Amino acid sequence: MSRQAAGLKAWIIQRLSAVYIVLFGSYLAIQLVFAPPASQAEFVAWVAAPLVALGLLLYIPLLLLHAWVGIRDVLIDYIKPYELRVGVLSFFALLLLGSGVWAIQAVLVARAMLSGPGITG
Amino acid sequence: MSSQSSPLSDRKPPLPPRPVFLDLWRIRLPLPGVVSILHRISGVLMVLAIPISAWLFGMAVTSETGFQRATGWLNSPLIKLLLLVLMWSFLHHLFAGIRYLLMDLGYAVDLAAARRTAALAAGIALVATLILGGGLL
Repeated sequence: MSRQAAGLKAWIIQRLSAVYIVLFGSYLAIQLVFAPPASQAEFVAWVAAPLVALGLLLYIPLLLLHAWVGIRDVLIDYIKPYELRVGVLSFFALLLLGSGVWAIQAVLVARAMLSGPGITG
Repeated sequence: MSSQSSPLSDRKPPLPPRPVFLDLWRIRLPLPGVVSILHRISGVLMVLAIPISAWLFGMAVTSETGFQRATGWLNSPLIKLLLLVLMWSFLHHLFAGIRYLLMDLGYAVDLAAARRTAALAAGIALVATLILGGGLL
């Protein structure tokens, strides 16, 4: 992110990602609270359904971007010593990146399970 | 609008430095300020929940035993309490966030309206937490 545009760009990222997160996040929350899957097969079938999988593959990077901009603002506000700030920022960057890769991998695994041979509901 | 006024000559003498008063236990935040700091706190709570969620998601997808382990853990009483807190975090962040988006578009920016919508956002979040929390517990 270029230095001049960092503030405005982050501001726009935060608002655009928010709109998608409101919609898909609400769908996820309602689905999981009111109709939780009863088995792995049911869960995989739901995750791997085309629209849900596509929704998740968009949701994961947008949520992580939103989380990163937010936590970055908070950490920069409260952690003043430079080395500590860079250290904690790096820690959260890696944590979020790792979480994202892990979650995307899980969506792809669910897709492969559903289309692969030998798996029946 | 007087034709003589120039921004520089009209400037008032500089104000004395304003007192800095940051004793967190004695500051009385107005309601929009409370909603704002809760927006921040709820955001941090959800960021902390992201890695755990990703891990549980991966576990639940991979195998039936993993799924049983993940759901068994999520159904334990203490974790359910944490889920309720996260549920509130999500809802507060959601409604306070929608309020900020509307304010960015120019709605409810004046003080009276800002106070009303702050109360509204925080209130809806609490009520929705009770309703959705009922489904959760």
